[in-house]
Formats: sequence, C-alpha cells, structure tokens
Amino acid sequence: MGNDIKPEELLARTDFGTPATGWMDTPVEIREGMYCYAANPKSVEYVGLPYPHKWDPLEEDWHLPDNWQQIIHEGMKQRLERFRSFKVFMDICVRCGACADKCHFYLGTGDPKNMPVLRAELLRSVYRNDFTTAGKIMKKVFGKKISGARDLTIDVLKEWWYYFFQCTECRRCSVFCPYGIDTAEITIMGRELLNLLGLNIDWIATPVANCYRTGNHLGIQPHAYKDMLDFFVDDIEEFTGIKVDPPQLNKKGADILFITPSGDVFADPGTYTCMGYLMLFDYLKKVYGLDITWSTYASEGGNFGFFTSHETMKRLNAKMYAEAKRLGVKWILGGECGHMWRVIHQYMDTVNGPADFLEEPVSPITGTVFENARSTKMVHIAEFTADLIKHGKLNLDPSRNDHLKVTFHDSCNPSRGMGILEEPRYVIKNVCNHFYEMPPNTIREQTFCCGSGAGLNAGENMELRMSGGLPRANAVKYVHEKFGVNMLACICAVDRAVFPALMEYWVPEVGVTGLHELVANALVFPGEPERTMDLRGEPLLGAQEDVDEE
Amino acid sequence: MNLNYLFSFTVVVALAMIAWAGIDVWGLNGLFCIAVPYVAAILFIIGFAKKVLGWADSYVPFRIPTTCGQEKSLPWIKQNKIDNPSTTTGVVMRMFFEIVLFRSLFRNTKAKFKDNYRLSYRWEIFLWVAALAFHYAFAVVVLRHLRFFFEPVPQFVQLLEKADSFFRFEFFAPFFKIGLPGVYLSGFVLLGALLFLLGRRIFLGQVRYVSLASDYFPLFLIIGIAASGILMRYFAKVDVIAIKEFAMGLASLHPKVPEGVGAIFYVHLFLVSVLVAYFPYSKLMHAGGIFLSPTRNLANNNREKRHINPWNYSVKTHTYEEYEEEFREKMIEAGIPVEKEQ
Repeated sequence: MGNDIKPEELLARTDFGTPATGWMDTPVEIREGMYCYAANPKSVEYVGLPYPHKWDPLEEDWHLPDNWQQIIHEGMKQRLERFRSFKVFMDICVRCGACADKCHFYLGTGDPKNMPVLRAELLRSVYRNDFTTAGKIMKKVFGKKISGARDLTIDVLKEWWYYFFQCTECRRCSVFCPYGIDTAEITIMGRELLNLLGLNIDWIATPVANCYRTGNHLGIQPHAYKDMLDFFVDDIEEFTGIKVDPPQLNKKGADILFITPSGDVFADPGTYTCMGYLMLFDYLKKVYGLDITWSTYASEGGNFGFFTSHETMKRLNAKMYAEAKRLGVKWILGGECGHMWRVIHQYMDTVNGPADFLEEPVSPITGTVFENARSTKMVHIAEFTADLIKHGKLNLDPSRNDHLKVTFHDSCNPSRGMGILEEPRYVIKNVCNHFYEMPPNTIREQTFCCGSGAGLNAGENMELRMSGGLPRANAVKYVHEKFGVNMLACICAVDRAVFPALMEYWVPEVGVTGLHELVANALVFPGEPERTMDLRGEPLLGAQEDVDEE
Repeated sequence: MNLNYLFSFTVVVALAMIAWAGIDVWGLNGLFCIAVPYVAAILFIIGFAKKVLGWADSYVPFRIPTTCGQEKSLPWIKQNKIDNPSTTTGVVMRMFFEIVLFRSLFRNTKAKFKDNYRLSYRWEIFLWVAALAFHYAFAVVVLRHLRFFFEPVPQFVQLLEKADSFFRFEFFAPFFKIGLPGVYLSGFVLLGALLFLLGRRIFLGQVRYVSLASDYFPLFLIIGIAASGILMRYFAKVDVIAIKEFAMGLASLHPKVPEGVGAIFYVHLFLVSVLVAYFPYSKLMHAGGIFLSPTRNLANNNREKRHINPWNYSVKTHTYEEYEEEFREKMIEAGIPVEKEQ
C-alpha cells in the first residue's frame, strides 16, 4: 500500500463493506500515502497563525499545548455562536445515509469514515458531549456507544486531523442531503479548530505563507512572474506564428484588472490556458482596444487561506480589492479556477467589500452589463468569453480543435457554490466540433471532485488522490471508451495541476486542458499566418494534407 | 445483533410495560394520564423554543447556498430559478419543494461497481418514497386525532377521515375481524413506512454502521404508538367516548382521569407523551432545522447584492507598500511600474 498502489489493488478494496467494530471503537490508523506532511512551523509563524511547532503525524506525541482540549472547546463554542450553519448541522442530521455513497473519497477508499455522515459524526460526537445536556446525561447513564457522545481525546483529535484532510470540501453530499447539511462547512470548522493548535498540512500552510508575502502560492517574485509571462509570449509566436504583446503588469488606469491562479503561470498544462488568456486579451486589444492589466501583487486567484480558516481566507483575498483600488481599474476579471470562485462569489464582497470604488462591470466590447456581478464587481472569464462569442465578437475556427474529442469536467466549487454550468459549455461548443458529456450523475451539480482539491494536491498523498479521483476518472474512462474522448476540459487550476496524474493512472490516453486553451486554438487573428500546430506544438488535424494540396 | 437497536427496542418495550404497570398494577392513573402528558407538553414547548431560538441566535456570516443548477448570469442563459434561486420568490419555491416534497432526497442515487469496475449510479427512490409516506401518513394520523379534542368534530377533520377511509377493507372471520369501523389507510401506511425505514437501518450495512441508538429509538417508539393505535381501533376496542371526554378535559386544562378504557390506551398515551417530550432534544428537530439551513434558505445572488457579516472584523494584511518595499529593486529592474522609485 502507499503511493505505489496499483489501480487493480485500489479497485479491489472498494467493496463498501463495513468493519466488524463500530466506528467509535475503530482507532484511526494514519497511513502513508493517505495524509499530507505536517505544516512547516516557519510558514505557520510567518502569517502569525497559532501555535507553530514541529510535529509529525506518524509520531505518538504531536507536541500540543497542555490546554489543547480547552482551546478546542472554546474554539468550538465560538464557532457555534458565529456560524448558524455549524450549529444547525450539528443538531439536525438524522443519519439517513443518503450522503454515504455520494462522496468520492468513500467511493474510492471504501473507508466508512469517509462517508460524509460519519465525517460529521467525528465532530458531532464531541459536540453532543460538550454542548448538549441530553448528550451529557445519556453518556453518563448509558456510555458513549449508546449516546453517540464522546470525550475529546488525543485519538479523537488525530482522527479529526486525518479525516478532515481527506475531504475536499466539494459539497457533493450537500446536494443530496434532505436538510442541505454541507460537509464542506463541517470540514472548514474542523480545520479551523485544528489550526488553533498549529495542526495544518504543509501543502496548505506554505502556499499561504508564500501568497501572503509574494502575492501567489508558488512564491513567484514579481520579476520572475514577468519572465514567465514573457516566455509564454515567445512560445505563442513559436507555435502559432502570432506575435502578441507582452501583457501589461501593474498598470495604473487600465480598464480591467485580470487575476488568475498562479498555478497556470507555472506548470503544464495550465500554462497553455495562460497562453490562451494572453492570446485572447491580445486579440481583444488589437481588434477592440481592450485595456487590461495583470498584477504581480495580486498574482494569485486561488486562496489556500480558505482551507485554513475564514480569517486567513480574508487576509489573502484582501489583495484583490486593494490592488484594484490602487490601480484605479473599473472592475476585475477572474480566470478559470475552482475554489477561487467559491471565495470570490460567496465570500469576497462580505469579507473585504464593499467595492464601491469600482464600477458595475460592463464588457467594453459588447456593452453587456454583468448585472449578476453588480456588487462584487468581478466577472468570471467564462461569462466574459461566452458573451463575446454570443455577440459574434470573436472570429473562431473550431476545426482547429478537430484533433480533440473533448469532455467537460464541472469543477466542484463553480458548480455547487456558484452555478456556472452553461457558460463554459457554450464556449466549448463554439470552439470545438467534438464535445461529449460524461454521464449525467457525474456532471453539473452532481459533478465528482478531482480528488485533490481543498489543498490536498500534494505529492506524498498519491494513494488518497488516486482513490478520491476514481469516480471522476471512471466517468472519463466511460466517454473515452465510448466516444474516443481524448481531452478533459475544466475551468479550475487545481484540476489542471492534478488531472494529468489522475488520467495517467486511470485513463492514460486522455489529456487535460483549460477552456481558454481551446479558445485560443480556435481564435483567428486578423491576417495571421496559417496555423499548423496547436498551443502545445501538436500538429492540427489535416494541416499537413492542406499544405500538400496547395 | 447490534447493541444500538436492541437497546432502543428494549427501552420502548420497557416504556410500554411501565405504562401498563403504572395503571394496572400500581394504580397511578393521575400520574400517567394527567401529570405525564402535561410535563411532556411543557418539555416540548420549552425544548423546541430553546433549540430554535438557539439556532436563531447564531449568526449567518456568509451566504453559502449549495447551488444545484445554472446560476443567473447572462440574459440568454436560462437560469434554474428553483435549484439555484437568485430571488426571495425562488428561495421560497426551493424551500417549498424541499420541505413539502423532499426535493434533495428525490435525487438520491446508489453507486455500484459493475463489470470491469465501471461505477454506475442507479436512481434510488425508495428512501424518498418511504420518507414521504411516513411523514404524510403521520401528519394525517395526527390531524385525525383532532376529533378527540373538538365537539363538534371540525369539518376538515371529517373530510380527512373520509378521504383516509376511501378504500374499504373488510374481512370477517370468527376470530379475526377487520373493516368495522372503517379502515384508515394512514395508520397502515405509517406502520409500513416505519417498518421499511427500520429494515433499511438494520439490513443495509452502510446505514447500520452509521446508525446510533437514537436513530432506532424514535422508530421503535412510533411503531409502538402506531401499533397500539391500530390495536385499539380494530381489535381491542376501547371506550372512545370516555377517551374523548378525557382528551377534551386535558385540552381545556380541566383534566379528569378516565375510567375503564383499557390498558392499551394508557400505553398509547404514555408512548405519545414520551415522543413529545423527547422530540426537541433529539434529531427529530430536523423538522425545525430545515427551515434554518443556510445552504438551502439563501438566494444565490452573492455577487449582485452584498451580504453583511455582523461580526466581520478587520485583519492584518500584507499591503502593497510592504510588498513593494521588499521587491522594489527587482521590480524596477524588470521594468514593472512602482510607486516609489527608490
């Protein structure tokens, strides 16, 4: 077992059986391949989060402060008062089990504590014991098994840590819950509590510290950020023959500020999406005079703070409005990213608004008023591009994507925390001729997580990631075998970072792309030279024959 | 065998025995017929109010609806106004479907690996059917019981009874008669749905694994209530006139101990009292909680209308000035505009 587990071995254990011992009597076993390394205390300290210390999940002693139980108890109390979601969700679950097999981690690992209901019970059992009179009395009289209430022991805490970092906050269970109980809320609270004791994972803590300092998770400094974008400009010329202007950076008085996840600047295949943005903006600038700037200070759309605590989320997110204000832009355009959009859509205006220094977003090209973003003043690029296409503002040749058979993965957060379902599909259908949907139970609001979201896209937890991504990969495999799909499109930077490994593991012949890579392939620049390659340098279908005929 | 359901079953049986013994052995009629129902009612009112007020006391800092359909965005894209509402009307519709028709549960699927490890998802409607059947049958039964509290019996109760006994079942044999008085469908649907829900908990491994004693207890309790009710109505006939007098006395706060109505009635009454008292301190409060669930009762108009967090506090951020201070030289060298040239 561990990270070298084979697909067959992984599948063989998914029999959905239940252990002989009840879940309260089944101790947690922290297993290699299933967890992420402990947070580097320097990262925790850099952003001033509580109790930075060195510890190792595999060791017996986690070096907690003496009063750790009190810290958690008080943390829970405060959160029960602050979040009605938390309080109501602690009280009303009837354990009907409808959520059980909706979780990709349960489907992939077969571990019953990955059923959303049990994940919540891990916390709920302590809530019952500490915060309800009935629970307290029942436990005194009948014991923990009958009462479902238990003391917060070190083993319980370890169990929290293990399983709250085996949840990607994707909200799929919440779609099926008759009361809308959202495990993402439970996990968010659980992680906030763990963070009170410095128990974060490093794959979250260090990006957070990086983002705080340099403006992005990857710690790319401003000059390097510029270098990378300039490098893409060269690549674009090499593969398409089109000379785009280097993007404007930190330009005061531009019309629009563009913010996207730094992951797309850094690693394939996200880089191709980034090149897609550059080409689209250059096209719009040359044809319609679009004035857009990127920022090195706000060079991160994603927000790993959201996986730490609400407060950290707010602290990292603050840069977006601050930079928009400093640069004096009219509104903000956001790139393709999942949890970034959960934060922007459902939190940003509340935590860091009102953005009264910005204007109601209007597309300078089509004149469309984005009424749905009237207050937050931030528009999703899929909305922006769909509007351009609808108004016939882009000259597109979808046959340039004919070498691709595309399916679309709805990313969790944009689908279940926002509802952006049709816009990306509309764009894809206009830039590709071959588009195939995955089965209905695996897309749109029922979409399956990539298995690596919410900060779990590390390298040391590969077994967990491959298990969690199983349901998604399984649906891709289905359309791959049925329709010959060879490209998985998505609007999320974490997806682009993690799907290549997942596809490699489960469906090796399928590549991964962002929406705007496909757009850029199809986009016909005025007077551009005949294209023979896509943005990856792959030959276009028929390009060779055409040349021969001429 | 599972400790959780054995325990709950034993408790319910014990409760029934206590009621029986309390009246027939110890003769504590006043306690069981008057004190217990009143105490139960008081516990219910206080507990329910406390719980709901407790929830209401907590803040709703963020607008976090779970969106289950297309958002409102561009005018030519059709929004799913119910599953992803952007207006109060939409939210009311969503809540209506959720509360009255259990919309989310209706989506339920069952995942299974088929040949060659293909994951397939089957629409699983039985939980939804049983849940609806249980709740509606229970509601009809409760409403029918209003006939014991009003003289004359309200029109709507009479209508409901008529509808409920629409299908006539009659079976007469020397030792087993059913059909007189007319059979109410609701009682049997209630019992059937309860048995299904219980069977599901006991026989489905996953559900059994997550079930607590407090999940079995209300099932056994309501089964006990339904069974004793059915027994009284069709088999061990009780003095309905006396029961009605007693019920009206209770309701008008002039309680009088009923005489000679048979032990089964006391069992029924006691189990109902236990259920009423238990309700607000248990998971049964989902009845109230669903109205306050923030993933369902808020509009997804986040970017259009600012949501205010009453406890929003200011935080320390890394300002642009601090950022430029650290990277100024590199920025200048790379030709990135800066605020201060040195």
